[in-house]
Amino acid sequence: MTTPRLAVRDVAKSFTMHLRDGICLRVLDGVTFTVAPGECVVLGGPSGAGKSSILKIVYGNYAADAGAIVVDGGQGGLDLATATPRAVLAARHATIGYVSQFLRVVPRVAARDIVAEPLILRGIDRDEATDRAEALLARLNLPARLWSLPPATFSGGEQQRINVARGFIARYPLLLLDEPTASLDAANRAVVVDLIREAKTEGGSFLGIFHDEAVRDAVADRVIDVTHFTPATP
Amino acid sequence: MSDVPILVAEGVTKHYGARLGCRDVGFELWPGEVLAVVGESGSGKTTLLNCLSARLRPTTGSIRYRMRDGAMRDLYTLEEAERRRLMRTDWGFVHQNPADGLRMTVSAGANVGERLMALGERHYGHIRDTALSWLERVEVATDRIDDDPRGFSGGMRQRLQIARNLVTRPRLVFMDEPTGGLDVSVQARLLDLLRGLVGELGMAVVIVTHDLAVARLLSDRMLVMKDGRVVESGLTDRVLDDPHAPYTQLLVSSILQA
Repeated sequence: MTTPRLAVRDVAKSFTMHLRDGICLRVLDGVTFTVAPGECVVLGGPSGAGKSSILKIVYGNYAADAGAIVVDGGQGGLDLATATPRAVLAARHATIGYVSQFLRVVPRVAARDIVAEPLILRGIDRDEATDRAEALLARLNLPARLWSLPPATFSGGEQQRINVARGFIARYPLLLLDEPTASLDAANRAVVVDLIREAKTEGGSFLGIFHDEAVRDAVADRVIDVTHFTPATP
Repeated sequence: MSDVPILVAEGVTKHYGARLGCRDVGFELWPGEVLAVVGESGSGKTTLLNCLSARLRPTTGSIRYRMRDGAMRDLYTLEEAERRRLMRTDWGFVHQNPADGLRMTVSAGANVGERLMALGERHYGHIRDTALSWLERVEVATDRIDDDPRGFSGGMRQRLQIARNLVTRPRLVFMDEPTGGLDVSVQARLLDLLRGLVGELGMAVVIVTHDLAVARLLSDRMLVMKDGRVVESGLTDRVLDDPHAPYTQLLVSSILQA
């Protein structure tokens, strides 16, 4: 059996709201699953079941209360639940990418530079990184006249395509996708499906949330029902 | 990724008489890493910054810095001359008020060139060319090179201060509220500039700010301070999106959404 790209075991998550009399909100318990190299696993379940929270925990954006999250990009496993901030940053650099629902825009940074940045941070030549960014933006049908503009004023669908391009450009061994097609038209949804399929044939792994059933059916190898991880009410 | 930290603080405590400045602060900072220190006025973040940058001797605790030769040295056991040399060449310090970091009565070009001369550069043509290229990088019109900064706007002065600090390609830069007191549009330009330069030059940065948006944009990790102590630390986006300490939750929930 090959080593999983991602192995999540017994992860629990709660939020203690100190400003609300210390009320404790338990959102996940016993989260256990794996993602193999080249596999696309989809998190299913209704809104509020904790799907996005699982993605954020795997990215290190939320801290897990318990359990292990072992990611292996080929250089040996790293348990993100206990890793130092520095090790998490290194894993985000090399191994785990994350396409969030909304683009966090930086003032004055052009669309093409946002997309090229993960490559430049890896030391790839700026011209080459820019060429690859433009090729990906073209593939996602983003008009060339927008490439040099900061995306603050772009439409939701345009911003999402920039987010998708930024996630796919670096070919992370594990890419987390939070509704990457939610505000895309049919043609661009098809491009995203193709991008996922291509990356899978090269061994790329995905953990994603897709509300669009057609997209989910086109890319998912397995669907995990997140309601299994809903904490029992005390 | 470098395996050795450039700055190591352990148990840093500073008392002003009976009053506490900061207590028991410890962290490690690696080359290329940006650490934000956040907290409200009086939380001890400026005291900490002054201790870290060899400007204020802590009451107890140690701050060690990795010199260019690789040796870890305690800042407060360095000779005064060694410490000054560090400040002039290896380090930068960007003050909130540019007038504290610039020489206001000499030209913009001389402000940038001075630190090069401290490194032994003597060729006037080289110094002027380097100053010109740095003015361009920080978006100060190059025809202002012979003007002194008294005639500059707040944003221009701050950009000039940044050029003056970065021209020697320091390994470690301290910043004290670098965007404080600037208009929002000017802030955005400065933040973008800083973000680009930090990424490009790969220097380590300790930035003190009360603005969580600045911390999110620029830093990799952060320390949250209250009443002189660190109440929470970790990855910047983790601390901001999943704050654990009551005080951090209060800070995060107090931000106005624009």
